[in-house]
Amino acid sequence: MSVTEQQHAPGEHPDLPPPLGEAGVIAWFKKRLFSSVGNTILTLITAFFLYHVLSAIIFWAVTGATFTGETKADCDLGGACWLVIGDRFHQFMYGFYPIDQYWRPNLTFILMVVAIMPVLFDNIPHRGKFLLFSAVFPFIAFYLLSGGWGLETVDTDQWGGLLLTLVLGVTGIVASLPIGIVLALGRRSNMPIVRTLCVCFIEFIRGVPLITILFMASNMLPLFLPDGVNFDKLLRALIGVALFSSAYMAEVIRGGLQAIPKGQYEGADAMGLSYWQSMRLIILPQALRIVIPGIVNTFIGLYKDTTLVSIIGLFDLIGIGLVAVADVKWRGLAPETYAFIALLFFISCFAMSRYSLWLENKLHTGHKR
Amino acid sequence: MKFGKVLFAAAAATAMTTAAQAGTLDDIKARGELQCGVATPLPGFAAPNAENVWEGLDVDVCRAVAAAVFGDPMKVKITPTTSKERFTVLQSGEIDMLARNTTWTLSRDVNLGFEFVGVNYYDGQGFLVNKSLGVSSATELDGASVCVQTGTTTELNLADYFRAQGMKYETVPVATAEEGAKVYDEGRCDVYTTDASGLYSLRSTLSAPDEQIVLPEIISKEPLGPLVRHGDQQWGDIARWTLNAMIIAEELGITSANIDEMASSTNPSVLRLIGAEGNMGEQLGLDAKWAYNVVKNVGNYGESFKRNLTDTLNIERGINAQWKDGGLLYAPPMR
Repeated sequence: MSVTEQQHAPGEHPDLPPPLGEAGVIAWFKKRLFSSVGNTILTLITAFFLYHVLSAIIFWAVTGATFTGETKADCDLGGACWLVIGDRFHQFMYGFYPIDQYWRPNLTFILMVVAIMPVLFDNIPHRGKFLLFSAVFPFIAFYLLSGGWGLETVDTDQWGGLLLTLVLGVTGIVASLPIGIVLALGRRSNMPIVRTLCVCFIEFIRGVPLITILFMASNMLPLFLPDGVNFDKLLRALIGVALFSSAYMAEVIRGGLQAIPKGQYEGADAMGLSYWQSMRLIILPQALRIVIPGIVNTFIGLYKDTTLVSIIGLFDLIGIGLVAVADVKWRGLAPETYAFIALLFFISCFAMSRYSLWLENKLHTGHKR
Repeated sequence: MKFGKVLFAAAAATAMTTAAQAGTLDDIKARGELQCGVATPLPGFAAPNAENVWEGLDVDVCRAVAAAVFGDPMKVKITPTTSKERFTVLQSGEIDMLARNTTWTLSRDVNLGFEFVGVNYYDGQGFLVNKSLGVSSATELDGASVCVQTGTTTELNLADYFRAQGMKYETVPVATAEEGAKVYDEGRCDVYTTDASGLYSLRSTLSAPDEQIVLPEIISKEPLGPLVRHGDQQWGDIARWTLNAMIIAEELGITSANIDEMASSTNPSVLRLIGAEGNMGEQLGLDAKWAYNVVKNVGNYGESFKRNLTDTLNIERGINAQWKDGGLLYAPPMR
């Protein structure tokens, strides 16, 4: 009995690593970028443009930029002058919130993270208890931020910057989903009055731009109220933003409801489930899963739309940017402030979009087409 | 009986609200702070500093009125307003007065139901040119290319002026002041035109501010002043005379630094202003030292102008000088 060993030519044993040039970085470059003469030319042209654009951006933002100094005169390197951001950083974060009370927005932010986690992720231990906390969080946040009962009162017109943007964005997002679901169900209801009301509301709100609603809330409403009766400008803006996004959310969710085959509705009826049971257990879980991208799209749009409140005299991130460049010390530094604001927005919006991708992957149950 | 009580309560409540409408001063005293509307940031006129404190020429008017009422310039809640909402917030009672570089016009004074209490800055449309152009008067601008913000009265004034002078020009439209600064800086237009205060503010953002001059011609009238609602004359008087007190103090040479020494003055006008003689405060329904508090805490008009406009934006007094120095500032006598 002789063991026949399979013979391999040198360098062709299957256990050997693939030769250089067929795998790894070099192969990737070869395959993706230089596979033909045409592709090579395109690659070189693109690289040329990228180099020029990126080097200019990096020069402006990093290598030619000034990070330390006191006044605009210290910014003599030719690039961005980030001193304005450092000088006004606290206003970008908190607006005109009293400086000795910054721990309150900070604490609120930490609690917000704690409150949002169990909503976003279902594999957190003791999720039920955390969810209870999430339910009471809005009240805690309101108490912490506005004060009273032992804390110094801070009027909402002192809120600003990222704090205000988050308050507007998070409130709009949290309010719009449930209201949107109710409106979407109402629009598909068999009850004529409910259906008409929902259709009118949705079509009216969708028919006017957000800025009109904000103007109405800030300019017209006070004229209709009796003298001396005023309710908070921020509250007016919040209601406007929440109503606006609910109307859009309703239409996104209605799309999901329509995508559910009729058999599902009939099956739920055949099981003897009531309307609310069938919605809660059968229809909505499927419908909402389908429209996750649409929902997150609306969230991101809403979050960015909150910048419109700077037009009604609230100091969100954009408003604070205008304040910073109105400082005689920092005249003409608008590009730096806008770049900084864009970065803050990008971080939030990118995080939302990544979360939605993760959620879609987690929830896909083989129906993916 | 119960119904009668309810009726009585409703009547009492109505009476109270009517009273509240008339007595703005009492409302402010009860509230403990003045509510004053200013511009959303406008360099030199109203802008918050890094410590969240609002500063500027308009803000100083608010602080002066607060000082006159309470003796404390910080007892004022500054409400930034956009140009579109400024009149609504004043009409609806959200603010007690508006100091927001607002031009005094007939229709605003009469039709909108406001009362302008004076002028704290005489503005007007002017021209900014580069020194290298070798122009010293707007009448030499024939054939120039002019940067102008589109859709503004500035554009119309410009057209009127050049037509009246029989000169030709070419418009370079810009959308915002920021964009205008860039276009002008790159030399794409010879002349930039907007209100003079805006020109000085723009000049400070240019790459070579010292190379630019504002031509002497002012082609429109923009008297900017604080205003209050119609219907409460006492409150309007307080705002008017607070502004006048600042102007008179400068005329008399009283500053925040030397006002304490003025008690030994022999000039009756000075003694009336600091409250040592006469009953000016009583007539206004204020403390006898109301004007003293204004000048002591906020300064006279000249100090405010220098602090907010000259030191920061290099705006010269020009037509905003005292009448004795050839300017337009002329406050009626305090007696």
